[in-house]
Amino acid sequence: MKGKPLVAVVSAGLSKFGKMEAFTGRELFVEAVDEALQRCPDLDPRKDVKATFIGMMSESFEHQGHVAPVLSDWAGLLPAPAIRTEVACASSAAALRFGIFSILSGVYDVVLVGGLEKMTKRSTLEATEFLGMAADFPFEQWTGVTFPGLYALMATAHMHRYGTTEEQMGMVAVKNHHNGALNPKAHLQKEVTLDDALSSRMIAYPLKLYDCSLISDGASCAILARPELAEKYTDSPVYIIGSGQGSDTLGLFQREDLTSLRAARKAAREAYEMAGVEPKDVDVAEVHDCFTIAEIIAYEDLGFCKPGEGGKFIEDGIPMLDGELPVNPSGGLKSKGHPVGATGVAQIYEIFLQLTGQAEKRQVEGCRIGLTHNVGGSGASCFVHILKGG
Amino acid sequence: MEETEKTEVPPFTIEQFYKFLLEKRIMAAQCEECGAKFLPPRPVCSNCYSRNLTWIQLKPKGKLVTYTIIYVASQRFQPFVPYAYGIVELENELRLPGMIREVKHEDLKIGMRLEVVFEPTVTEEWPQWPNYYFKPLKQ
Repeated sequence: MKGKPLVAVVSAGLSKFGKMEAFTGRELFVEAVDEALQRCPDLDPRKDVKATFIGMMSESFEHQGHVAPVLSDWAGLLPAPAIRTEVACASSAAALRFGIFSILSGVYDVVLVGGLEKMTKRSTLEATEFLGMAADFPFEQWTGVTFPGLYALMATAHMHRYGTTEEQMGMVAVKNHHNGALNPKAHLQKEVTLDDALSSRMIAYPLKLYDCSLISDGASCAILARPELAEKYTDSPVYIIGSGQGSDTLGLFQREDLTSLRAARKAAREAYEMAGVEPKDVDVAEVHDCFTIAEIIAYEDLGFCKPGEGGKFIEDGIPMLDGELPVNPSGGLKSKGHPVGATGVAQIYEIFLQLTGQAEKRQVEGCRIGLTHNVGGSGASCFVHILKGG
Repeated sequence: MEETEKTEVPPFTIEQFYKFLLEKRIMAAQCEECGAKFLPPRPVCSNCYSRNLTWIQLKPKGKLVTYTIIYVASQRFQPFVPYAYGIVELENELRLPGMIREVKHEDLKIGMRLEVVFEPTVTEEWPQWPNYYFKPLKQ
């Protein structure tokens, strides 16, 4: 059972990420689907794609509810069923997971999963407000905390307990901007120095502007097929061999441990177990760096290093593009951008490119096993997926 | 009959938590079956599924578990920036998050003792909940 392919990823697509002034969310979604279809000429979308699963966090951004059928319509997939999944910033990892389940159930052979968020038409205050809705309303939003604030509370706790430093967090930003500068679809394709990072303005102590991911527009998609059918659609399929998910209290204050995400540890354990893979076997990973401290905690929760050693892990250069275990070669949420609903499947897109040798300037040489780690909110939801090249 | 009505236990709800807060009391729920404690209260014990709960009053003071200083806030809190915010451990390992005022930001320290200050006023609009904040405990 272990390591058996759950589904094949036969294609994937991603819109440009950034401030996409002229486009609504549905148009960005079409851009992502169009790329996936172009990569997969043997697929007849209207005939083959039996269902669509789409992650989106908030209808507030575009004042658009009931979004799944609209996206399916614009993508030319009607009248196949479409449904939206929502678990904050992990919404499209949820779409992926339910897409996997729909194939495993035997109901469908081929489905399309994806996600989107169109955020930049709103002011920073409005965006802060809408994103903040993923925190507990009575006890967190009502008392004045923000999303950067919640991760800042974790950062302070991590620094106090383990001696993690603001410099180490800054190094995550420098690394991810280096990678993002090599990614033509990234929102901010520019390098930053440690000095830039450390001297940027304070958002929520100890997190500064360069510790925070971006408010972006973007959409992502992947086409999943029953593993036995993969070769009908592509010569170089990638297989998902592990899928894990965990939940935790919505309120950060209700968790015993503020330096680790229990939902992430559970999701990782489940995914590794299913895949028959250990952390040391992972060649490349896309992790949820909504804030730099989140990436440091991810190294620990995923077992790339011991609890408390995430700061040293980046300091030693292990997750660099040319390091032993490159993390966020796409530039991550920090530089590629974080259109929240799109992020989970955007991570799958990057790993799909990496494992099929199509990642161009940011290609991790000889990678075979890839991992994605997508977190909702301050960690009440987490998904880990493990992929294997053909 | 009248007597039983008087002694009826208030429901273990968020609304009731805030009613107590208006009376300057921090009340948590405790499960009579397994002893689990909940802040905020909840109507069914999520540890053992019992509905046999009781209210416990917490002393309005505790120690700082972690903190931040917020410079970019939501609309409602933007007038207060920069402000300190933390998670405070009260009795029985129960925690509440909130703003920390009347403190120099450079004096914030994990482990410092804080007390709750009640703000028993409510707005006209939903959700009509009072608020509270923390300040350093005077020795």
